[in-house]
Amino acid sequence: MAQNPIQSTVTTRNQHVVTVSRQRADTWARRVFFVITVLPIGLIAVVLIGLLYRAWPILQQYPLTDLLFGVDWKPSEGRFGFYSFIVGTVWVTVVGVGLAIPPCILVAMYLAEYAGARTRLLAKPILDVLAAIPPVVYGVWGMLVVVPLVETMLGPWAQHLLGFWGLFAVQQPTGFSVLSGGIVLAVMITPLIIAVVFEIFNTVPVDLRNASLAVGATRWETIRRVLLPQVMPGIIAAIVLGASRAFGETIAVLMVVGNIAQVPHSLFDAAYPLPALIANNYGDMMSIPLYDAALLCAALILLVIVLLFNILATVVLKRFVK
Amino acid sequence: MRLQPWNRRHLIERIMQIAMIGSLVIVGLCLGAILWTIIARGLPALTWEMISQAPKGGFYMGKGGGVLNAILGSLYLATGATALAMLVALPIALYLQTYLATSGWAQLVRLALDVLWGIPSIVYGAFGFTLMIVLGARASLLAGIIVLALVELPIMTRAMDEVIRRMPRDLAQAALALGSTKLEVALRVVIPQTLPGIVTAVLLAFGRGIGDAAAVLFTAGYTDRIPTSLSRPTASLPLAVFFQLGTPYPEVRERGYASALILTIIVLVVSFGSRWLAARLQRYTVK
Repeated sequence: MAQNPIQSTVTTRNQHVVTVSRQRADTWARRVFFVITVLPIGLIAVVLIGLLYRAWPILQQYPLTDLLFGVDWKPSEGRFGFYSFIVGTVWVTVVGVGLAIPPCILVAMYLAEYAGARTRLLAKPILDVLAAIPPVVYGVWGMLVVVPLVETMLGPWAQHLLGFWGLFAVQQPTGFSVLSGGIVLAVMITPLIIAVVFEIFNTVPVDLRNASLAVGATRWETIRRVLLPQVMPGIIAAIVLGASRAFGETIAVLMVVGNIAQVPHSLFDAAYPLPALIANNYGDMMSIPLYDAALLCAALILLVIVLLFNILATVVLKRFVK
Repeated sequence: MRLQPWNRRHLIERIMQIAMIGSLVIVGLCLGAILWTIIARGLPALTWEMISQAPKGGFYMGKGGGVLNAILGSLYLATGATALAMLVALPIALYLQTYLATSGWAQLVRLALDVLWGIPSIVYGAFGFTLMIVLGARASLLAGIIVLALVELPIMTRAMDEVIRRMPRDLAQAALALGSTKLEVALRVVIPQTLPGIVTAVLLAFGRGIGDAAAVLFTAGYTDRIPTSLSRPTASLPLAVFFQLGTPYPEVRERGYASALILTIIVLVVSFGSRWLAARLQRYTVK
């Protein structure tokens, strides 16, 4: 080894140089990566500030309570009340989430606690495809199937059986209604809710199940008494996550909900959710003063509510990751 | 007859099982109903002309032409957005896992990504459009790509993050023990090892991007021409479906269903293709 000292020093020096350059590359990569990592946080701030800045003129002109609780929507007369749009969004979301939750939780329970490998293998592509179908296709399905279904079957039935109760009274028998929007949303958020609830059930240690089953509980009793108390916060977070997805859904809802600016009183009334308002009017309203600011204010309201929902859900779900 | 307690408990067990299986069947039926509707209504109107031609004059009143402009527009939009999102998503996912792991800063970034994921695409669209007004830009393919990239970014990053997190630690640790820097571990160990998952994440985001209508509504505009330049407006399939369904002419609506079928086929091919590709690539990873 020692027959050629000169060559060996050279190699060592080269190796040293190589090591230094490798470390330098690493340091630089660390810096560049760090800067890129700041982007998501910065993006939230930029979107929030950007919308606030552009909505500022209208926020200055009218008190927030007038905007949020005003019923009048007459942009050409300078009256901007978002109340009916906000209520419309909430109705559609509540109906959608309400319809989705029971079957979703049951399916997630089944897949996590009962199903064998083969059933899971069968269920996974179903959920994947449901998640992959674009919103506009859900909208087409809603127009072709759900709206006629509501118009010709569910509406008359409800009117016949429960018509005395305002919630089920049919005033606008077109089928384009809160219920149609809710049904389409329910199917759309199904894969998300099932996936989250399923993951949460999987975080519960197997020992708990075994202990419960060993003392003679049936599987359902194990789920009901042992697992549910454990996973309840996670289920609520999953629901909030689904609700926030439903809240912002634009095109699918827009196609089936009727888009009439009114406060809905029945499941069969048409509604006009915030995202639909923005999608239908933004871009071609530059001549009316403050209209632009009003629509961006609608986007801001949407953003703030969805942000709160998501932060809440994420913080709750974080507990399960560890 | 009053049931014995044990029988009652069994009965409840049975009822709940039936309810669960019933729910699973309902979910499956919903999917079946959606696919059946789109195929049954879209297939009759799906002709070679639909796929191979741009709209001709009077297309929206039932005259000849197809939606090639929208098909190409959507592919360009989603491809550009996916490439752009990947440039940002991959470094973030690598940085989160190899450099930060589970520190507070990483948790904050993940929270930010989850929040971004939750922001409705219509908000991105409206925000993008205001930005364009400020910059004096008009609706264009490039603007659509950028806004769509914002929509895709959190989906892609979180999916990659998840894949890298599930990678066994020992390989990375072995490389570190042999003197690799973290960058070398990221590039030479983590990426090759998680390539199937990364491909899945990229294609997942692509599928989400190509189907999104709200983000491109204001930013990419709509035109009957086949897109040729980044600075021109471009059509997209979701909007083609939407606009065609908005006309009162039955022929045009029929073609709207056919466009929806085309979009569905593209999305499903991407979805299943990604699974197939991931399985292929799985062979080249170290078990």
